[in-house]
Amino acid sequence: MHITKDLVAASATPLVLGILAEGESYGYAILKQVNELSGGRLEWTDGLLYPLLHRLERLGHVESAWETPPGGRRRKYYRITGQGRAELAEQRRQWAAVVEALRGVWSTTQSIKPITAPAWEAAR
Amino acid sequence: MTVDSDDDLEGQIAEWRAYMHRRRELHHTDAEELEDHLRSRITELTGAGLRADEAFLIAVKRMGSLDELSREFAREHSERLWKQLVLPAEPDAAAAARSRRELPVMVLCAAVAALAIKVPGWFGLDLSGDDAGFYARNVSLFALPALAAYFAWQRRVGLRVIGVLAALFILGAVAANAYPLAGDSQTIVLTAIHLPLALWLVVGVAYVGGDWRSGRRRMDFIRFTGEWLIYFVLIGLGGGVLTAFTVGTFDAIGLDAEGFIESWLLPCGAMAAVIVSAWLVEAKQSVIENMAPVLTRVFTPLFAATLLAFLVAIIWTNNGIDVERDVLILFDLLLVVVLGLLLYAISARDLAARPGLFDRVQLVLVLSALIIDVMVLLAITGRITEWGFSPNKTASLGENLILLTNLAWSAWLFLGFLRGRMPFARLEHWQTRYMIVYAVWAWTVVLAFPLMFDFA
Repeated sequence: MHITKDLVAASATPLVLGILAEGESYGYAILKQVNELSGGRLEWTDGLLYPLLHRLERLGHVESAWETPPGGRRRKYYRITGQGRAELAEQRRQWAAVVEALRGVWSTTQSIKPITAPAWEAAR
Repeated sequence: MTVDSDDDLEGQIAEWRAYMHRRRELHHTDAEELEDHLRSRITELTGAGLRADEAFLIAVKRMGSLDELSREFAREHSERLWKQLVLPAEPDAAAAARSRRELPVMVLCAAVAALAIKVPGWFGLDLSGDDAGFYARNVSLFALPALAAYFAWQRRVGLRVIGVLAALFILGAVAANAYPLAGDSQTIVLTAIHLPLALWLVVGVAYVGGDWRSGRRRMDFIRFTGEWLIYFVLIGLGGGVLTAFTVGTFDAIGLDAEGFIESWLLPCGAMAAVIVSAWLVEAKQSVIENMAPVLTRVFTPLFAATLLAFLVAIIWTNNGIDVERDVLILFDLLLVVVLGLLLYAISARDLAARPGLFDRVQLVLVLSALIIDVMVLLAITGRITEWGFSPNKTASLGENLILLTNLAWSAWLFLGFLRGRMPFARLEHWQTRYMIVYAVWAWTVVLAFPLMFDFA
């Protein structure tokens, strides 16, 4: 399944903030976690995660520090701030409202059933 | 994996890194962060059984196209390169043709501005004689519409924005000329000072391509204003040298060039310089380092030291501030300078950097300016209650309060930033939002003051 660009962009901020709420992390690990959480269906262009992280940092939602683990490479770690947690809570409220509205739509328009896989695909 | 392919991989990564460094949008630390990502990806892929060169190719591919990447970085870090307003986007043929037309269009706009100031002369309004009041009121109406037109063309703004721009310029022209203001009245001086400010902000609307709600674009306009002023002063200095030589050389052969200079070279040159400076800022940005932030760095400590010395002197000698007529204006200008130093320090700051010594000096500067200004205001309130309000006093008092409010809240945000409580972006956000206040105030002085004070 391919998820459109707009949806990917809209969900990026809450995803990153949510992952960082679990504990500090760095770009590559965040990306891996997004991949796992979505079962590989959310596809991000790797590089574009970093401008997003920098934007969150500018807005004060996250803070960053370069750290060198013993015997490892220098790496930039990101940590969520109190303000970032508040933003995450706010985003969560908004998304809950959206999901609820969508659920209402799905149940009223019963005619549009989730499309079952076409025969030619099932046959493969 | 053999040693050979390891060396190969390092070579490939080094090449990739060099390629990244050629992009000015990407700072060294960004490249380092991306390289760490690339290496993590390669490690994972080779762990899954891929050969090093295959893993490298896939990792680079997944990173995304470098054009797209640097565009996103430039968008996020506009303070690094506000200059790249034409982001390294789709270089198509139409854009190339446009940039070739840039110079002729600029020359055309400059010529229009230069001729515009001569037009009233054809209707018998003499530049140097009794009609100086007319020129003082209207001086911004000769060059700024041409400048706005240039930006409107360059940014390809929509018809609606063009309509708004035209309406505002017409409003300015009406305000300057419809009121029956006497040549020696105070309100005419106020109009002459405030109309250029009001119209400059209108030019700002054209500069940001109609997108005036965007805080980052407004910050770009603040940056532009600083650079423009520097170019304008530089061109003015060059013009002074040119004038001196023109007078001197023609004088040597017995011809008097002063008439030509007074009625053509100075007025037309000044108007054209407005446009040329703007074009230079836009076109030559990548050639010269931004000047305003550099000057800010030099003068912030000096001004901070001066203001501190002034405060110490007041306390030491116990001298009150002598509240004369012009003292409010002097301290208004001081606040403008302090605000300018603050603005241009903000405009070039890396928003994610930690607070440093310079930020503390900046805070000292702002705080001492605030203390001095409060002392001046206290001293002057007595005078105003005694003598009543005149247009001049009201205007300078209003300006003082506007700047004081801005600086006081800036100081508060700054303090929060230094103590690590607030992100620096809050300060930037505050400054860009405050521009509305300037616009409202300038237009109020131009439109409402003559009515409020009975054209005094």
